[in-house]
Amino acid sequence: MENILECRGVSKIYTQFPALNFTNLTVKRGRIVGLLGPNGSGKTTLIKMISGILTPSSGSISINGIPVGAQTKNMVSYLPERTYLNDWMKVRDIIDFFSDFYTNFNKEKAYDMLKRLQINDGDRLKTMSKGTKEKVQLVLVMSRETDLYLLDEPIGGVDPAARDYILDTIISNYSENSTVIISTHLIYDIEKILDDIIFINQGNLFLAASTDEIREQHGKSIDAYFREVFRC
Amino acid sequence: MQWEFRDDRPIYTQLIEQIQLRIVSGMYPSGSKLPSVRDLASEASVNPNTMQKALAELERLELVYSQRTSGRFITENQQRISQIKEQLADEKTETFFLQMQQLGYSKSETIERITRSN
Repeated sequence: MENILECRGVSKIYTQFPALNFTNLTVKRGRIVGLLGPNGSGKTTLIKMISGILTPSSGSISINGIPVGAQTKNMVSYLPERTYLNDWMKVRDIIDFFSDFYTNFNKEKAYDMLKRLQINDGDRLKTMSKGTKEKVQLVLVMSRETDLYLLDEPIGGVDPAARDYILDTIISNYSENSTVIISTHLIYDIEKILDDIIFINQGNLFLAASTDEIREQHGKSIDAYFREVFRC
Repeated sequence: MQWEFRDDRPIYTQLIEQIQLRIVSGMYPSGSKLPSVRDLASEASVNPNTMQKALAELERLELVYSQRTSGRFITENQQRISQIKEQLADEKTETFFLQMQQLGYSKSETIERITRSN
């Protein structure tokens, strides 16, 4: 099956406030997709619905053709915006925790990435800087061998050099059979690695196209195009 | 040679140009094996799909060929490489003349300046 993700007529209303009003959206397998939009446009709402944390007010979302639910939990690896890990835990304890919890967690991969990022597995989360914590979380998420990775603002707190390394980690750790959806404001930093772009604005799908198409049509970077479209 | 990308054009077209340059300049020697798509992509910090697309185009241009199990190689056809080299040179020359024209120099004036600077 070529489509990994399908959204049909999905909407989400938070007590009267419509956060998301999608007609349809499909995402193909083997792609790195940027989910872009201004603040409050519904990016996180969409990601949370795909991961099954929120239920849509109407419409349906399916992953690998299966409606989001208990069965799809193992197909999705989700990096939330905020950390939910206990900060008194040591990195190696968290890794054990994850490998107990997820059948598709690859411990070796996790330790390998930690080593390359020069993170000590005996350190406790609470002793780490914001950026290092983000790195640990990303390692945990990318160490699961799964179909769909949902990364909500993965590089916000990380310095530019580590940013490059993290992007490299994303590139080299996803397989042709999986898809990565990245939501971010740091478009310029990541647009080189994106296959496709999803622009959302005020809860509506504004544009879904390939990065090459946008560059070719508009003769400018995705970042510049974004600034033009969403000029305040 | 560094991988560099400009904002105004698709990445894959720029990859094609830069790999062509590497082949023509001998940095990737004729007949040698290219690194894997993944390695190349990671080296250039681009998406492997984009690199794949660029290599497919280079295959179509007969600058590289793939062997089913052992990977991708640079063509052994020197003539083809020279052709591409000339094509690239023509493009560069044309751009140069165009830029000089914008500065107000005619073709012959430009040529005169070049000979003088040598």
